Amino acid sequence: MTTQDTRADGGLVLPRYRRDDVDAHPPLLSPGYKSTVARAPRHPLIYLPQRLTEITGPLLGEGRLGALDHDLTRQHDGEPQGQRIIVHGRVRDGDGRPVPRTLVEIWQANAAGRYRDARDTWPAPLDPHFEGVGRALTDDQGRYQFITVQPGAYPWRNHDNAWRPAHIHFSLFGRAFTQRLVTQMYFPGDPLFFQDPIFNSVRDPKARDRMIARYDHATTAPEWALAYEFDIVLRGRESTPFEDEDDDE
Amino acid sequence: MSEQLGVMPAQTVGPYLHIGLRWPDGPYVVPEGTPGAFWIRGRIVDGTGTPVVDAMVESWQADPDGRFDHPDDPRGARPPALAGFRGFGRSETDGQGCYRLLTVKPGSLPDPDGGTEAPHLALSVFGRGLLHRLVTRLYFPDEPAANAADPVLRSVDTDRRGTLLARPASDGFRFDIHLQGDNETVFFAV
Repeated sequence: MTTQDTRADGGLVLPRYRRDDVDAHPPLLSPGYKSTVARAPRHPLIYLPQRLTEITGPLLGEGRLGALDHDLTRQHDGEPQGQRIIVHGRVRDGDGRPVPRTLVEIWQANAAGRYRDARDTWPAPLDPHFEGVGRALTDDQGRYQFITVQPGAYPWRNHDNAWRPAHIHFSLFGRAFTQRLVTQMYFPGDPLFFQDPIFNSVRDPKARDRMIARYDHATTAPEWALAYEFDIVLRGRESTPFEDEDDDE
Repeated sequence: MSEQLGVMPAQTVGPYLHIGLRWPDGPYVVPEGTPGAFWIRGRIVDGTGTPVVDAMVESWQADPDGRFDHPDDPRGARPPALAGFRGFGRSETDGQGCYRLLTVKPGSLPDPDGGTEAPHLALSVFGRGLLHRLVTRLYFPDEPAANAADPVLRSVDTDRRGTLLARPASDGFRFDIHLQGDNETVFFAV
């Protein structure tokens, strides 16, 4: 064991991020989601002690955002079809501390359940006024907000008569490589949850519930838009950076 | 100690990751024309040997001096001396399952335990069928002494270490990623 006192450089003490619980994320091999079968690694992951590369990360976004990147209803000459919604929330770490100035990227299907992507070919209409892509930077309190339309459900070929529940993809950087996260936001009361192997790949029901936004009547815009609140918690830090880490595999 | 909030679970990027995550300048960790810049190219294949055409690789690395422009680097955040150095790269795979990143070699890094980490890139792999990102590292084949002393490489069984080593290529390096199979790439829990 190396201790703080014996470190030759005398100063390189790194913050450390908590390891996620085993059930916090879905198992990579989740055979109900068929694409995982040939893509999930078969060897167990090797434990990597966090060092400089892992406790730092890209702090990007300030110069990357256009004025309307957060408003998916105003990116074209006309308005997209569908129910207007405000999607907002806070990004915090496991200790409840806000994650400020971090880039949040979203993408989604249109109101009919179709993505603006050449690979999405099911016969639902495209919307010439909807790209389905947004970006925002959290503020100093970790808050973000998007304006978009309610995405539709869509069929896929995973199993017989499979449908994805309506969802919005979220990508977050956090402040360190360890905090990088891509997830999906779902809508409360969706009747398609029972048959969706991606949603249900998260085994802990309490963890699954975190992916479901809360209908937020207080934030609705009267005579204009409904609202959902979606708070996102990224990994927090260990309280003591001085304990030693076992760096065996 | 305060109660921990439950973290948000990961979910796959799905097959339409390109519309949300494509950056025109994504593959450029450094701008084109940067002295010493080279390409890292590679293919992602699944357990059946099929190229993975709906995936994305992100890279993160120190600058050539081994520094990070980040407040948590205890040596102090320092803007890179190299103009336009971003440290971060992002490349979706193309129709052949290939990604590409233009970068420069990072410096080696002091290890809190007193050793030295060899120059390396941290890579995240996202894709349809990947419910969480996969994390791996890329090391350089022309750093045999530094690699032999690297604490992370040394933590990996010798017969799998080679999966973390890039190979020389005409315009830089080649680093294929095998999600599964005989030559499965080493992936890490961070």
